[in-house]
Amino acid sequence: MDFTLSDEQLMFADTTRTLLGDTCTPEHWRKMMEQDVAFDAARWATLAENGFTVLMLPENAGGLGLAELDMALIAVEAGYVALPEPLTESAGVAMPMLAALAPDHSLLADPKAIVAIAPAINPVVAYADQAAAILIERGGRTFLAQREDVTLVAAPTIDPLRRVFRLEWESTRAEDLGPADWGLAQDRAALFAAAQGLGLAQRSVDLAVAYAKERTQFGKPIGSYQAVKHHLSSAQVAIEFARPVVLAAAAGIGAQDTYSRARVSHAKLVALEAADQAARAAIQVHGGMGYSWEVDVHLFLKRTLALTGAWGTPAHHRGRVAARLLSRPTGPDQTFAREAANA
Amino acid sequence: MDLNYTPQQNAFRAEVRSWLEANVPKQPLEHYDATREGFEAHRQWEATLKSGDWGMVTWPKEYGGRGVDLIQWLIFEEEYYRAGAPGRVNQNGIFLLGPTLMEFGTHEQKQRFLPPMAAGEEIWAQAWSEPQAGSDLAGIRATAQRAKNANGDDEYVLNGHKIWSSRGAFADWAFGLFREPGSERHKGTSLIFFRLDQPGVTRNPIRKINGHPGFAEIFLEDVRVPAFNRLGDEGQGWHICMATAGFERGLMLRSPARYQAAAAKLAALWQARKVNSRDAGADPVLEADVIRAFMNAEAYALSIYQTASRLIAGAKIGPEASTNKIFWSELDIHLHRTALAILGEEAELLPSAARLAAGDPDWLDDYIFSLAGPIYAGSNEIQRNIIAERMLGLPR
Ligand SMILES: Cc1cc2nc3c(=O)[nH]c(=O)nc-3n(C[C@H](O)[C@H](O)[C@H](O)COP(=O)(O)OP(=O)(O)OC[C@H]3O[C@@H](n4cnc5c(N)ncnc54)[C@H](O)[C@@H]3O)c2cc1C
Repeated sequence: MDFTLSDEQLMFADTTRTLLGDTCTPEHWRKMMEQDVAFDAARWATLAENGFTVLMLPENAGGLGLAELDMALIAVEAGYVALPEPLTESAGVAMPMLAALAPDHSLLADPKAIVAIAPAINPVVAYADQAAAILIERGGRTFLAQREDVTLVAAPTIDPLRRVFRLEWESTRAEDLGPADWGLAQDRAALFAAAQGLGLAQRSVDLAVAYAKERTQFGKPIGSYQAVKHHLSSAQVAIEFARPVVLAAAAGIGAQDTYSRARVSHAKLVALEAADQAARAAIQVHGGMGYSWEVDVHLFLKRTLALTGAWGTPAHHRGRVAARLLSRPTGPDQTFAREAANA
Repeated sequence: MDLNYTPQQNAFRAEVRSWLEANVPKQPLEHYDATREGFEAHRQWEATLKSGDWGMVTWPKEYGGRGVDLIQWLIFEEEYYRAGAPGRVNQNGIFLLGPTLMEFGTHEQKQRFLPPMAAGEEIWAQAWSEPQAGSDLAGIRATAQRAKNANGDDEYVLNGHKIWSSRGAFADWAFGLFREPGSERHKGTSLIFFRLDQPGVTRNPIRKINGHPGFAEIFLEDVRVPAFNRLGDEGQGWHICMATAGFERGLMLRSPARYQAAAAKLAALWQARKVNSRDAGADPVLEADVIRAFMNAEAYALSIYQTASRLIAGAKIGPEASTNKIFWSELDIHLHRTALAILGEEAELLPSAARLAAGDPDWLDDYIFSLAGPIYAGSNEIQRNIIAERMLGLPR
């Protein structure tokens, strides 16, 4: 039993933070919004050059063969910069699924290739406009449709740095890859959404802390007032108790049983709740500025809103926690329980 | 990261479990705060634990422990709560003073105080708060004046008024915070031990809102103790108290097993009522709260496993201990409020002795106790200040 990250993992997270911090700055967000785009090809190329897009691909497919926990650490950093590009959904979910279904697929050989993913659970497909192809779930089977063989109808969303689409397609114009592990794909996506939630939450708190130190009213920095402090402390508490759940969910995701699914759901629920609490606290702490487009906090509120509903609603995830709670042994000795051990 | 127990850890769990199955009293003991008899029954239980070397498993063998690490301590606690074993009457000793002694005590002090602490032969109370110094602990007025006894040995003469001392009504010893006469605030403070039955000490039990004499106020009038009873250096008292508070808030005071056991009972209560009670069964809000209580207990457990792993790897507890204290105290209240909501029209009824003997939780009393959580060990308002100032760096 060892609930610590390895030195390599900590270093990797650190490198990611620096790389994303340099390439996805407030200036970048604002420029993208001005240009009304939600994809930066140069940044994506940098991510690809640094191996982020092949992180979870097996080594024999040119990947790094890393696990969900490693990707989750990246996803936290992606959330921290409200990364517009589909790093977790393409490199963390779609590509590994494609590699499992069609290990020799030519798309796997191109680190810059983006594959979008359309599970039955999501009514819209995110980032499909940037994708070379789309993996689609239908009737338990998996189809790979080339981007040019589908029709994408943009569904405007509140998040200015995210694009989602309704998909029109025909199975006759797509490759039938047979049954796939959609349960695993959904768990991965929910996990990475949760991990992004941690990053989103921390950024909201950090933005508010920075502002509260500078802004003065009544002759003092507003951050010296207890009401302001307590908003942010409470948000930080929520983050601190979501993080270990996210990490444990990532470490245990492979079991694919009632317990591991419940933990992923728990992670998704509480990490995005923390992000929501933190974003709202940050808006309040910024006062009128917080309600303005000029201050970046709204980006974190909006991404949180998007990820809260995507990859299983809170009701869906509460149901999975309930299934574990009400149908399996509970109690102090069951924290790390698995199906096999209880069989 | 490896979230699997090792074979040794599993074997340890099995050993704890079988010992507890054989030794935990079949009938629940009377509460240690309720009467002297209840207190002594718990002392007896501490002796039984000691007979199996289970007094405080993380301590070295020479002090009455087993020298195991914090993960095994967590396993021990899990089994302890799973078995429904009696509350630890000496928690102030084993969970607060003990780790502090381990860090700041001399070899002689450890040898003198730890073994009887692990055996429950000496039960400890914490005497920090004063009527005028609660949240603002640096405002304490009780004094420790240097003196010599008849043999010329160094002594302290203690004077002052302490209050809210848990177990203080029946305990044997107290560890108190005192100041050098004339010193101010954090300076000149020392942590000093005194016996609660020694000349010059008067203790008056205070009834808690459940009616039990769970804490005491303590008057000290020229209480003489040897300098040996001072922990750490003179003037280092504040620093040591903050380390103790770190253990208290960050790890030991409330082991996650306590809440996981309660959450499991809550789920059982919910499942029974869902079928039998028309009102409760039709209320989806209650189920959402039961799920929430379970998740909170799980999150707390995972967080403590993380803390334990970090401490084993050499880290120290920092201001994040304050986030813990807020989280467990708030989850505890939420959990018990949910239980009372499920009990509905029966919530106000005191449980019968028969039901308690059958192992039913005392939801009502546990709820009342949960309300103290945001107050003791540093109020949650103070914890939020600490998080804001020391974790987030906001100005004072
Ligand atoms: C069940 C229980 C057991 C206890 N056991 C012990 C024990 O064993 N030993 C011991 O020494 N003490 C013990 N205490 C005392 C406990 O530590 C104090 O009650 C606590 O520190 C609060 O101090 P106070 O009661 O003087 O309240 P006050 O400090 O007067 O606080 C009253 C209210 O004002 C708020 N407040 C105070 N200052 C601030 C501030 N700066 N910012 C915002 N809000 C503030 C507090 O949060 C609280 O809500 C126990 C208390 C309880 C309830």
